[in-house]
Amino acid sequence: MRPIRRDPTPRRDMRPIRRDPTPRRDPAPSRWAYRIERMWLTPFYRALLRKGLPVAVIAGGAAWYLGDADRLDALRGHVAEIRRSIEQRPEFMVDLMRIEGASPELSADIREILPVDFPVSSFDLELDHMREQVAGLDAVAGAELRVVAGGVLEVSVDERLPAVVWRSREGLELLDEGGHRVAAIPARDARPDLPLVAGDGADRVVAEALQVLAAATPIGDRVRGLTRMGERRWDLVLDRDQRIMLPERNPVAALERVIALDDAQDVLARDVSVVDMRDGRRPTLRLSGKALEELRRFRSLDDGEDA
Amino acid sequence: MTDLYQSQRAMRNKRQAAMQRGVVAILDVGTSKIACLVLRFDGLDPVKTADGVGPMAGQSRFRVIGAATTRSRGVRFGEIDAMQETERAIRTVVQGAQKMANVRVDHVIASFSGARPRSYGLAGAIPLENGTVDECDVARVLSACDVPDYGTGREALHAQPVNFAIDHRSGLGDPRGQIGNRLSVDMHLLTVDGAVVENLLYCVKRCDLELAGIASSAYVSAIASLVEDEQELGAACIDMGGGATGLSIFMKKHMIYADSVRLGGDHVTLDISKGLQVPMQTAERIKTFYGGVVATGMDDREMIEIGGETGDWEHDRRTVSRAELIGVMRPRVEEILEEVRERLDAAGFEHLPSQRIVLTGGASQIPGLDGLAGKILGQHVRLGRPLRVQGLPQAATGPAFSSAVGLCLFAAHPQDEWWDFEIPVERYPARSLKRAVKWFRDNW
Repeated sequence: MRPIRRDPTPRRDMRPIRRDPTPRRDPAPSRWAYRIERMWLTPFYRALLRKGLPVAVIAGGAAWYLGDADRLDALRGHVAEIRRSIEQRPEFMVDLMRIEGASPELSADIREILPVDFPVSSFDLELDHMREQVAGLDAVAGAELRVVAGGVLEVSVDERLPAVVWRSREGLELLDEGGHRVAAIPARDARPDLPLVAGDGADRVVAEALQVLAAATPIGDRVRGLTRMGERRWDLVLDRDQRIMLPERNPVAALERVIALDDAQDVLARDVSVVDMRDGRRPTLRLSGKALEELRRFRSLDDGEDA
Repeated sequence: MTDLYQSQRAMRNKRQAAMQRGVVAILDVGTSKIACLVLRFDGLDPVKTADGVGPMAGQSRFRVIGAATTRSRGVRFGEIDAMQETERAIRTVVQGAQKMANVRVDHVIASFSGARPRSYGLAGAIPLENGTVDECDVARVLSACDVPDYGTGREALHAQPVNFAIDHRSGLGDPRGQIGNRLSVDMHLLTVDGAVVENLLYCVKRCDLELAGIASSAYVSAIASLVEDEQELGAACIDMGGGATGLSIFMKKHMIYADSVRLGGDHVTLDISKGLQVPMQTAERIKTFYGGVVATGMDDREMIEIGGETGDWEHDRRTVSRAELIGVMRPRVEEILEEVRERLDAAGFEHLPSQRIVLTGGASQIPGLDGLAGKILGQHVRLGRPLRVQGLPQAATGPAFSSAVGLCLFAAHPQDEWWDFEIPVERYPARSLKRAVKWFRDNW
């Protein structure tokens, strides 16, 4: 006979209940916490808080910091100092000036009008202003300034070449092909290689004058110069006070006609004071006074013989 | 009647506004827990599968993006008892759901289970003036229903047209455009205590939310847990909640009866607490872990240590067999089911062609309940779980969430109610114009 077990269920089968069955903590948000949470979930406020607020704080802080004049000045001084220290670095220093495409006289002039005391920082060079100054010289057609490697200020100049000597009311001046003033000269002897033009308004038609002079090369050794008459036409002045009066229009053709006449009949070698080509139909000759008397005498002799 | 009509219309407009914004929260205020789901409506057109049947019963247009649940405070019998407590609970749950959804919600659709719902069947009939039924004829016949005197302090929660009849043809779902001489309607009116609705409105308003709709939880849990043919052929859904057990009868996809028994799972817990002399939390725990309604021989040997905190060794080492626990629980569950049986009998459920009964709600998870319910309610009993909706967390798919899921469906596709139709105005200018046109046509 087996003993009856008093406890039908062994203890290990017994299921325990958890000791502390407190419910999950689930605290209610306060009314304000709830409202702030909802506000935070609103896209507008969210953007305002995430972007607007930092921007406002930074801008406000900067405004407050710079609102004080002393601090602003100190900051500006600091910035200027840094800027200067960078500008003064040897990499940016310019030590000498090189001038290209200019005659020695022009170079001297340029050096005179550009009072740069080297060495100087390239940040301090006002190249535009200097270029205007150089270009303002009469003898300079165009100028380019640049700072090249090695700390050299290179000035490349396009120099005007004098083409004629112009005797004006003010004095003797050199003009280039376009009629622009190049320089003043004290005497005609200073530039004997250049042809001479004279008269008011001659500087405006230098190109035409050069054409006429080019056409006059066959009688080049006799040409003294060109004179602008009444600011409209040219007189070619030869030695022995001879003049060839050219028309307003087509002066080169008229001159070539005279030269052709001279070749055929030696007109210019005779005692003629003026060859007047103003009338396009025919040349008109004016004899000198002595020649006229002589001509008249011959004519009277002829008349006598005839009579 | 009219001001509730107006407020229901206003709620419908708010619901439209919420759909425009695409985010709406649903709030199930229960006795034991408060659940909040945040729905996002994408406004996608449902994919056409077959005529009349949408994909996934038309519930694919929304997605649950936030879910939270909290222990309910201040709610008894499905009614708000302590407003401050309930307000705090609603705040907690709404904040949790918002945090999960990461979106702010302004509109909320709520349901509650208590408030002594009472069903009325209404009938109305009008002669049709110009042969065919149009929208304003429907509105006129709805307002021609003779509303019973349901007492002061009560308000209509649902008023759904259930059946339309033209002349002798009955059972019409949508009478518009049909031809006949006489249009009659059957309407189901559900009234509840107005004070309960007021309290809920006040709590929701205190949480800076707007109420975009309100529903009875018996109705919405039936929407979620009855399958389509059950809704069509007729079935009763019994939503066994914490403090109240709601029951609703569906027929032809319309609710035709709803009631609520003021008994629920909390009473079972209370019985355990009283019978075993343990605190409520322990009782709840014992119930959920070891509860049942059918005892077997094995249950006599299974001992449960119920413990205590008194420091008295004998008291703290108490044990109880599972059979004893079942002996405590079963009478109360039987009482609830008997009460439900009584209500169903009162509603004439036995005359319905289909006797299907679906048990859902948190208290329906007691093991063996379907067997017990089969004995009391009839043979066609099954346990119902809510429909699966997109994005619902796994934790919220149990039968305790059937009214929350049903509220989602209700929010997405509400059934026509009385207040969805325009207020009929007898002197409607369009009508006189139509009459003038008719006169012209008749005479020329």
